[in-house]
Amino acid sequence: MKVSDLVEKFDLKVFSGENGLQNEIKGGYVSDLLSDVMGNAAEGEVWITLQTHQNVMAIASLKDLAAVILVKDLQPDEDTLKHSKEEGIPLLGTSMETFDMAGRLYRELEK
Amino acid sequence: MELKFDIVGGDFNLAGRASSKIKKVLKQLGIDPKIIKRIVVAVYEAEVNVVAHSVGGRLFAQINSSEINVRVVDDGPGITNIEQAMTVGFSTASKEVREMGFGAGMGLPNIKKNTDEMTIESELEKGTSLSFTNRF
Repeated sequence: MKVSDLVEKFDLKVFSGENGLQNEIKGGYVSDLLSDVMGNAAEGEVWITLQTHQNVMAIASLKDLAAVILVKDLQPDEDTLKHSKEEGIPLLGTSMETFDMAGRLYRELEK
Repeated sequence: MELKFDIVGGDFNLAGRASSKIKKVLKQLGIDPKIIKRIVVAVYEAEVNVVAHSVGGRLFAQINSSEINVRVVDDGPGITNIEQAMTVGFSTASKEVREMGFGAGMGLPNIKKNTDEMTIESELEKGTSLSFTNRF
């Protein structure tokens, strides 16, 4: 499954990083603790979080994540958008809460 | 090859600069991606530690054909109890830093877990020196 499929399926907003929409999704990771993501997320995963600052994209890039989804209609900081664009890692948004978004992604990846 | 980076205390915008550059260099050198992944975690955590806890410092990375050695030196305030600082979940980070999702007490343990060798020395009011090595 590609990030673009996820966007279409769950009507996600694409804030930036369109260049990475063809990234293949290998799994998901849910955490708002950055060191936890740094230590435990794996390449190709989609990270679901409520953190909106630019360090999120720094980590997404260092960990080669497929995309980042911001929940509850949270808006990314200006720097976060810029970083997402530079790295070509899609920064996505949803009105869903983390539990609902993660559950839907999990079900989709288990198919 | 030696790379050097200045790290500004309190400036989270630049955290990740050294790890990103080191990742690129190691990729160009054709180092095993699994090893690169571990180093990147360690370097990033070391950068964040200096930003979050110190007045600022410097990071030096020495790379040769068999290993990478990273040395991170800051100018204070130093760590009161290193054993405590190495404990998962222990942190002295400020409320602001925690709200950003940092300061969960996972930084130093993450560094230890992802390196082959790690040493840390600290003197109160003087500073902290952290070194770690990963072999290729």
